[in-house]
Amino acid sequence: MRGRAFKFGNDIDTDAIIPARYLNTTDPLELAAHVMEDADPLFAGKVRKGDIIVALKNFGCGSSREHAPIAIKAAGISCVIAHSFARIFYRNAINIGLPILESPEAAENISEGDEVSVDLAAGRIENLTTGRVFQAAPFPDFMREIMDRGGLIEYVRWRLSAS
Amino acid sequence: MGMTMAEKILARHAGRDRVCPGDLVNARVDMVLGNDITAPVAIQEFRKIGVEKVFDRDRIALVPDHFTPNKDIRSAEQSKLMRQFAQEQQITYYFEVGRMGIEHALLPEEGLALPGEIIIGADSHTCTYGALGALATGVGSTDMAAAMALGEAWFKVPPTLHFVFNGQLRPWVSGKDLILYLIGQIGVDGARYCSMEFSGTAISALSVDSRLAMCNMAIEAGAKCGLIAPDQVTLDYVTPRAKRPFEPVLPDRDAVYQAETVFDVSQIEPQVAFPHLPENTRGVSEAGEVRLDQVVIGSCTNGRLEDLRTAARILKGKKTHPQVRLIIIPGTQNIYRQAMREGLIDVFLEAEAVVSTPTCGPCLGGHMGILAAGEKALATTNRNFVGRMGHPQSEVYLSNPAVAAASAVTGKISAPEEVL
Repeated sequence: MRGRAFKFGNDIDTDAIIPARYLNTTDPLELAAHVMEDADPLFAGKVRKGDIIVALKNFGCGSSREHAPIAIKAAGISCVIAHSFARIFYRNAINIGLPILESPEAAENISEGDEVSVDLAAGRIENLTTGRVFQAAPFPDFMREIMDRGGLIEYVRWRLSAS
Repeated sequence: MGMTMAEKILARHAGRDRVCPGDLVNARVDMVLGNDITAPVAIQEFRKIGVEKVFDRDRIALVPDHFTPNKDIRSAEQSKLMRQFAQEQQITYYFEVGRMGIEHALLPEEGLALPGEIIIGADSHTCTYGALGALATGVGSTDMAAAMALGEAWFKVPPTLHFVFNGQLRPWVSGKDLILYLIGQIGVDGARYCSMEFSGTAISALSVDSRLAMCNMAIEAGAKCGLIAPDQVTLDYVTPRAKRPFEPVLPDRDAVYQAETVFDVSQIEPQVAFPHLPENTRGVSEAGEVRLDQVVIGSCTNGRLEDLRTAARILKGKKTHPQVRLIIIPGTQNIYRQAMREGLIDVFLEAEAVVSTPTCGPCLGGHMGILAAGEKALATTNRNFVGRMGHPQSEVYLSNPAVAAASAVTGKISAPEEVL
């Protein structure tokens, strides 16, 4: 995957990703229309399919609302790269199949507007604008399996059919 | 080598003799929880799994509390979807409006969160039940869906941070202040992915209500859970109300902690968290001149009886400042009734406060007290993120109920002593 980077700072919370005033719907496209609104009100209008969010530490802290990764995914964001993720957001992203990568070096060394390419399976992140390459932390096999099956629901279906 | 509370509870529920931090385990869950925001997504995902019935209708709780009583048509549709699912699946613990409460005030009160259990909830403040010795943690809707089908969930065994609070609490200092102070020390990701264990003489002396408030905000330090070992105070609370048998779990004496920090609580005054993170704390004496437009006393953090009693002690015979709207929200129907019997509601109405039916309402900027641009609120809630209670240019400050009540009277952030 390849896209332009949109850069965010520390502790981007799920209220900033999708404010609660929009939680009276579960429609992914409606949620996507307001994605990141309280961090950058213009974001939803700027973002194009394939673009990448790059953030510093503790991305997705706060509420457990799965609407946050759903909104990001439905907006066409191909991957979120962060210095670190809050645990519920991390779990939700894996469960719904939103690609995420944890790499402090990449998070520090990618700027707004840089072209970035990501090889998810290898955890390889390249900043095409600067030529720098970063390696993300690998996923445990178990999480890899959930992701490979397309998310937790597909994984559970597979497990139930196998038993 | 011994295990911490989180390790012991996870090992027991995974059918293993022991687990270590970093292990991935599948564990049985004792309770699965969802609300009117998160359950609709979970129900849609549950349908995709292709099983007919939930794993156990007695081990799922559905609570319409966030945008209820329904604030608009779309919220009503979400509540309706959850209600219909509850009826179809004959969910035992579905709590309709009029019988409900804010979920994390309600479940402990109903005896549905018990020592030694694993509880997952599609709500980040599920960690509240750690106060009763349950490994309780927030998850998303898809995890909730899978757990409704399987009765289990996957967990990464967290390392445990041990926080010891010793000494005598100062006047008006509560569990809320201890957790705000701690988050101020370690930051909003200071316990990321970790289990927090709270102990010490000051914790032993805390009431159940105060312990619940403390563990409620473990998530604001990024923690998976915040646990207090069950003691006599815990057992006196849970035993008469428990809806099922339970087996308390205590940490081993030789448990291995990632870190241990000791605090002397006699040095801690009531805390205030400034915008826009719960870690921006300072003592109320250092708050300076912060004029307020609104004060909210309530939420899953501080909407319990002890909180209302504290607020009433301060508000008795006084009036809310003319520039301030004071909104008081009892956490459950039972708390509401008890507050009425004790005359607390009368004190609030005399003080010209609004008293609402239980709802999460303003805490997450849902309804019942939304802020306009430029407005400032002091709230006993748990988050003060940008836009949390309304307009992105509004501000939320966090405190305990005593400071909130005093500040409603003076119209600015104030210590309780200023009005007594």
